[in-house]
Amino acid sequence: MTDISKSASVPETRKAEMKNSTDARLKRRYAAERRFRLYGVLAIVLAMSALFWLLASITATGYQAFVQTYIKINVHFDAQVIDPKGTGAEETLKRADYASLYKQAIRARFAEVRNRRDRRDLTRLISSGADLQLRDIVLSDPAVIGQRRDVWLVASDEVDQFAKGSYDRDSPEANRPFKNKHIAWYDKLVAAGELEKKFNFPFFTSGTSREPELAGIWGAIAGSFWTMLITLVLSFPVGVAAAIYLQEFAPKNRWTDIIEVNINNLAAVPSIVFGLLGLAVFLNFFGMPRSAPVVGGMVLALMTLPTIIIATRAALSAVPPSIREAALGVGASRQQMVMHHVLPLALPGILTGTIIGMARALGETAPLLMIGMVAFIVDVPDGPMSPATVLPVQIFLWSDLPERAFVERTSAAILVLLGFLIMMNAVAIYLRKKFERRW
Amino acid sequence: MSPTILFIVLITLSVCGYYLGRSKVIGMVSGHARDLHSRPNYYGFYLAIWCAVPAVIVSVAWLTLQPLIAENLVIGALPAELQKLPADRLGLLINDIHNLADGNIVSRNANPEMVGAAEQLNRLRSIGNHALFVTALVIAIVCGAYARSRMTPLLRARNSVERAVRIFLIACSLIAIVTTIGIVLSLVFESIRFFGKVSVVEFLFGTQWSPQTALRKDQVGATGAFGAIPLIVGTLLVTFIAVLVALPIGLFSAIYLSEYASRRVRATVKPLLEILAGIPTVVYGFFAALTVAPYLRELGNALGLDVASESALAAGLVIGIMIIPVISSLSDDVINSVPQSLRDGSYALGATRSETVKKVILPAALPGIFAAFLLAVSRAIGETMIVVMAAGLAANLTANPFEAVTTVTVQIVTLLVGDQEFDSAKTLAAFALGLLLFCITLGVNIVALHVVRKYREQYD
Repeated sequence: MTDISKSASVPETRKAEMKNSTDARLKRRYAAERRFRLYGVLAIVLAMSALFWLLASITATGYQAFVQTYIKINVHFDAQVIDPKGTGAEETLKRADYASLYKQAIRARFAEVRNRRDRRDLTRLISSGADLQLRDIVLSDPAVIGQRRDVWLVASDEVDQFAKGSYDRDSPEANRPFKNKHIAWYDKLVAAGELEKKFNFPFFTSGTSREPELAGIWGAIAGSFWTMLITLVLSFPVGVAAAIYLQEFAPKNRWTDIIEVNINNLAAVPSIVFGLLGLAVFLNFFGMPRSAPVVGGMVLALMTLPTIIIATRAALSAVPPSIREAALGVGASRQQMVMHHVLPLALPGILTGTIIGMARALGETAPLLMIGMVAFIVDVPDGPMSPATVLPVQIFLWSDLPERAFVERTSAAILVLLGFLIMMNAVAIYLRKKFERRW
Repeated sequence: MSPTILFIVLITLSVCGYYLGRSKVIGMVSGHARDLHSRPNYYGFYLAIWCAVPAVIVSVAWLTLQPLIAENLVIGALPAELQKLPADRLGLLINDIHNLADGNIVSRNANPEMVGAAEQLNRLRSIGNHALFVTALVIAIVCGAYARSRMTPLLRARNSVERAVRIFLIACSLIAIVTTIGIVLSLVFESIRFFGKVSVVEFLFGTQWSPQTALRKDQVGATGAFGAIPLIVGTLLVTFIAVLVALPIGLFSAIYLSEYASRRVRATVKPLLEILAGIPTVVYGFFAALTVAPYLRELGNALGLDVASESALAAGLVIGIMIIPVISSLSDDVINSVPQSLRDGSYALGATRSETVKKVILPAALPGIFAAFLLAVSRAIGETMIVVMAAGLAANLTANPFEAVTTVTVQIVTLLVGDQEFDSAKTLAAFALGLLLFCITLGVNIVALHVVRKYREQYD
């Protein structure tokens, strides 16, 4: 009361002064408020632009790898070259010198080029893997031998890069591997409609290669598939079983406490340490094969296990006690209650957690480097025991190669990998949305 | 008779066992299931478990032991002068024999002894596989028959089955422990072997890291120095940069999202931030090496700074981007768990929103935010691919973020990728580094968990 009577007796000038200072302070406080809010917006904008920068830079280089330049050439499937004895035996057809066919054909196309060196350079317009393409044509249809056919052959990566605008044709000739004569030939082919960009199917159907224009991701995708299959088969049942025990049956004592702390710690162990475990235990102690998806799958399963256990426990604990009590009340045993009632209700949550864990495992690289999945493997793996590499490791290997065309393919492989991840996460979100229940 | 076929046969047998057991016990009570102790399918499971489990256990044990026994027999049959070879040469020889037996490419010309040994190995393998097939089948049938003979309506089938299931569940939850023990043991054992060659003190306090070991005795500059200090400093430098990027961005995003943003903004921005956590690290590595590093280099040139093309800055920056969601989503959870009554109290006293955040919410959420920070640090320390692709290989002892540094994880990868003998100090050093990494991240995690548990505010 005394305070109020005092303030009431303050002279008018002093009052105005106080009002001014309060106003000033309020102004400062509101300015601070706005600044603080701005920091928040700024932080989000920075994070979003980092994400955008990353995706944009990869898409900008990667999308071009989905098309590939082809050159149309009139190839004479010379019987003298392919099958001089006319036996038609498959072994002979497989071993024939197809490279000479396309080399001859392109020299015939540019008959005016006489210089030895230029004639050699001419054959390099076409990918050195074109002989395999011709071989496949002959093997699938031996009747073609002795005839002339128009064939679209894969162009070399230099031509491909030029067609995609990676080299500036006005830059000084010494600065680009694609010389003026190449450009002249290129223009001639384009003018005749004998050079086209088509969708790059081989990128999705072939294994890797030393030649960028022939390198594909199918081998890596198959390797990833086998690895993920092993990971899923091992980590899903074990993880769910472990979670069921810990959440539903385990007594609360020191042992289960240790297991819990241990699982939380395992979830935060750097992935490369799991690779060291795989190297020391699976490869050196048990003598399992190097580079095999089965070992990669086991390592990734150990790495994914904590994720699945934690997700499953969360899903189990979200099932309300009333369900359990009802089941027990009608005479179910504790296991019957869990297996018949709690587990089915928790299943969507468990699956969501598993998919997210698998998505992480799919993108994992470091532990697989430790167990030798970095070898250069051309063949597409046909099982979990055959040597393989996986998509992220393939990306890592390609990213080391200097050719521009590989940079493009690395980005394209990344886009494919991100596509898989988005798909898996979309399924997880769909499952969560569709089956989520609020009790 | 491959193991796959064996397992398919065993599974088929146990499925048959299920139906056999069920139908037998139903027959015994002539269809009146209520006269049984357990529901009929438990009798089926009972028989199926007896069919499959003993046979599978025996097969797995057999398949692990068989290669060892076969190898010993093959070595025993080798000529005496080959048996006397030193252990490592003998190991290579055995490897070649294995390859020869598998029909793979062999690193040396096969001599008759080796061909003989390979044939013997193949013979032993085929005998072993056939014997295993017969043994497993006999065990499955005998155990199944035993279980069937015990089948009476009063058999406590459910209790037996539940006991078996319980044992399986316990075994699964022990795998997590076994994994940890496996990690610790493998790292510790290899590290002990390493410390037999290089002293612990040199490893922990040495300032020179050049792991090349001499090929020739008199080679210059290749004595091999294993001082981990430059690696630790490099790791800390990269981690420091990463946290410097991620902490403000992550924390302010979390504050904005939980305190300021409308429901719509929150619903779109939060998943977008979480995309950052879902992007594989190899993609970040590619981004760092191909986009960020050249960009920083040009920026540095424009400003007159000399930025290395594999600078610590580029790697740290990108790791920072990667760990933003770790900090933001964990802090977001903690901030959201601060009760609304605290906010309301603060507003009622006339505080602005930012004052409420600074004076009330952040102090209340601090332990959680600190834990998020520590988890992010441990992620940054253990991050491998980004630094492998964007940081350097040379071990510089420097605190300059524009120079190239190397980290613990980079060195583990470079030491272990590629073919080398497993016993050299060079490969073993990778395990010592792994142990170091494991201890550091474990320490950080334990501190984080401890902080969360100890300083968590209870509001109920």
